[in-house]
Amino acid sequence: MNPLLEHHSSKQCRQDVTEFEPGDRVKIWTIIREGDRERIQPFEGDVIRIRRRGIGTSFTVRKISYGVGVERVFAYNSPLISKIEVLRKGRVRRAKLYYLRQLSGKNARIREKRLT
Amino acid sequence: MSCAIIGKKLGMTQIFDHRGYLVPVTVVQAGPCTVVQRKTKENDGYSAIQIGYGKTGRSKRNSKPLKGHYQAAGIDPTRILKEVRIAEDSEYKVGDTITVERFKASDRVTVVGYTKGRGFAGVIKRHGFPGKDAGHGSHEYFRHGGSIGCRTPKHTIKGMRMPGRMGTNRVTTRNLRVIMIDPEKNLILIQGAVPGWNNGFVMVQKTNE
Repeated sequence: MNPLLEHHSSKQCRQDVTEFEPGDRVKIWTIIREGDRERIQPFEGDVIRIRRRGIGTSFTVRKISYGVGVERVFAYNSPLISKIEVLRKGRVRRAKLYYLRQLSGKNARIREKRLT
Repeated sequence: MSCAIIGKKLGMTQIFDHRGYLVPVTVVQAGPCTVVQRKTKENDGYSAIQIGYGKTGRSKRNSKPLKGHYQAAGIDPTRILKEVRIAEDSEYKVGDTITVERFKASDRVTVVGYTKGRGFAGVIKRHGFPGKDAGHGSHEYFRHGGSIGCRTPKHTIKGMRMPGRMGTNRVTTRNLRVIMIDPEKNLILIQGAVPGWNNGFVMVQKTNE
């Protein structure tokens, strides 16, 4: 592949983010533009998927909101994400946690990773 | 001023635009092109410029008349030559260089290229025929074109759509948006797809000029 192909998009890749993995609880601060006003909205939940594609890397965050499962897909390198905060490391045994969609209540919890 | 440039399609990727949206882009390495000949209405019957792009590998490949053509312009032989119609009062002259700086982000461009060759293609891929049932007792007859005529007129009508060579057609895609220009690396980033294979040559022109 020609190195010039990704020259500009790779420059946009995020450098500042703390690493997170599927199973981690994260808080994502997104910038929302309303007309000429800007505000920041957080979204907190568990990462159930990371799709690594260079500039097109995305991840899905799942949370239970008032008893309803809500998932949101974020573009990892988006300039509209102002901050990514890792709240809790999770201990999981697979890369895609789609099985959580089938579970509810206490079964849907993710065990915390104990750091030695 | 109208402008056209010859370039090489490097491939597709994605980039965040000024709104922060991820958009698909085709990266084209274009120019610098040199004006090799200026055709005028008096001399040639129409007004155009001939532009060249790229380096030739071996000068041996060029025929003597072509070498003379480049020599007359005082320009090193280029890999390809293309002609672009321009207005008669246009300021282009032989030896002028055309770079990506003639374009800017948010410009609308027309891209001309040759589609990927698909080889000898069947009627479903080539003409969009629907194909036949996979079930209902049909067998050994799934991607055929069906009948190609009837008893009268006793021959197949001209232009009947059949299997054959597909692709490498000259295709023009209009009104594509320029996302970004990189004069340093001679790159144009165009939103969306552009006809042709990677590393193939394409011509980029401003739309409606």
